[in-house]
Amino acid sequence: MDLKPGSRWKSAVCSAEVIVVRATKDAAARLECGGHEMNAAGASPTPGGTLSPDFSGGVQVGKRYVDADSGVEMLCTKAGQGSLSLNGRLLTLKEAKALPSSD
Amino acid sequence: MHTSLLLEMASETFPDRLAVGPHDDGVTYGELAARARAGGAWLAAQGPGPLVFIGVNGMAVPTAIFASAEVARPFAPLNYRLSDEDLRRLLARTAPSVAVVDDEMMARVAGTPGVVLATRGAFEAACRDPIWRDAEKPIVDVDIAVLLFTSGTTGEPKAAVLRHRHLASYVISTVEFMHADEDEAALVSVPPYHIAGIAATLTAVYAGRRNVYLATFTPEAWVETAATEKITHAMLVPTMLARVLPLLEAGGETLPHLRALSYGGGRMPQSVIERAMRLLPNVDFANGYGLTETSSTIAVLLPEDHRAAIASDDPNVRRRLGSVGRPLPSVEIEIRGPDGARLGPGVSGEVHVRGEQIAGEYLHKTVLQDDGWFATNDSGWMDGDGYLFVEGRLDDVIVRGGENISPGEIEDVLRLHPNVADVAVLGLPDDQWGERVAAVIVAQHDAPSAAALADWVKTRLRSTKTPETWEFRAALPYNDTGKLLRRVLRQDLSRPPTAGR
Repeated sequence: MDLKPGSRWKSAVCSAEVIVVRATKDAAARLECGGHEMNAAGASPTPGGTLSPDFSGGVQVGKRYVDADSGVEMLCTKAGQGSLSLNGRLLTLKEAKALPSSD
Repeated sequence: MHTSLLLEMASETFPDRLAVGPHDDGVTYGELAARARAGGAWLAAQGPGPLVFIGVNGMAVPTAIFASAEVARPFAPLNYRLSDEDLRRLLARTAPSVAVVDDEMMARVAGTPGVVLATRGAFEAACRDPIWRDAEKPIVDVDIAVLLFTSGTTGEPKAAVLRHRHLASYVISTVEFMHADEDEAALVSVPPYHIAGIAATLTAVYAGRRNVYLATFTPEAWVETAATEKITHAMLVPTMLARVLPLLEAGGETLPHLRALSYGGGRMPQSVIERAMRLLPNVDFANGYGLTETSSTIAVLLPEDHRAAIASDDPNVRRRLGSVGRPLPSVEIEIRGPDGARLGPGVSGEVHVRGEQIAGEYLHKTVLQDDGWFATNDSGWMDGDGYLFVEGRLDDVIVRGGENISPGEIEDVLRLHPNVADVAVLGLPDDQWGERVAAVIVAQHDAPSAAALADWVKTRLRSTKTPETWEFRAALPYNDTGKLLRRVLRQDLSRPPTAGR
């Protein structure tokens, strides 16, 4: 999968959509949601897949998810029931310090 | 990543929430997105190039920012307060382009070669027109989001380039998506051609906070709108805050809904921020420091920093009220000497910054170093806890007999004198020292003597920092976004003295 920055991906088994904020150079990286490989946004969905219970924590819109090993970072643009994973590793929620509005 | 995604996420998550305008006649995120799509299709049909915006603040500003993003055209707001000649010259530099112009400003720019002109009225009508809403928009992949002409206080304005990835990165790394309560409303009073105005549009859309645009700033209009619109958040440049305070001090309006007031875009006199904090004790103050080239804020002095500083007896904590706070978690800041070496705490040098939001680019020219660092041309220093103190533009540092003297430090001391209303310190050419320190004073109450002011500085700073030339003026020259025009002042003071003086 070519997880280049700005590329957008859609879950095959739920409504989740993400955009790549920080990429990985690992060409073998496999991005999954709900335990199934994500499709490029715009591609037609894979029929018949079901959400894996191991990857069913869900993703929230506007949250960022990271993989510490590869440095990959995703922004969720549409919520879904599946959890994100990279090569089988669950991505973790990136905790951001709340900042006051300054503009 | 594209800034249009910010509005797409907001409009899909909360399509019916108010996004822009008055509480009883505002536009929702769904409607803003529809107008932006229509505006983009309309723009693509008018001609090539950036969408230039010449007009006052209002609904058309966020619409134009997101319409440009829809079809990947740069948004290029121009300063309509420039002279007709300067305005036409900047506009010509954007050609080929499409300009949306306030109806009553149209005559000032008519006939500029290579520019398709449309009135603000025509643009706003197109954004509501079903024909444009249903139009196919072209597929595009160009990534300049904003072209912003710098204020040019030191010379000809430069066209700063901000790419979508810089602005989008700034927004998603500093703002929690849709965290605002539904009753929150921000008042935007910096003009459309100021980076803080553009950043305010993008961050509010992502935060889910309604934006109210003040067409043009006056202190009276600001206070009245803040009250009637139950404004909870606002950003002001220091000169604006200084003009608002007397209205609040006069009594009457207490702005009970205001929760957060941020400031930036220039040096904040300590006396002004202290007065503001006393007057509005329940308001969270934040100081944001940044440049056009850095996609707005890179360091922020938090509300808790303000409260700790004003309550502290420790001079090191107390003086932080004059700092711009600490770097955002998503950027790195270093102070470097003229040789490029990194300097330690307490040592003054040039402020350098690195991070994904840093653009550091002008049209046809990037000034970003290969390793991503951007030299801000601001002089400053950091204390041991990482608080950044910005002293001013590097060009304004006075070099007197080999000693670097920061005008800001001397101005701060003079501003504490009870008879000084405003002050500017600058270097003038000097045969013996290279430069000498000059002070221009706006007096209040009884005008102080130059000797008394010189004593005032000498007892608080070194004698080499005591101005040798004193001038008195009725007012200092500022541009409309509160930047002191030192160049104008320097020219004024460098003229040969008139007879009899």
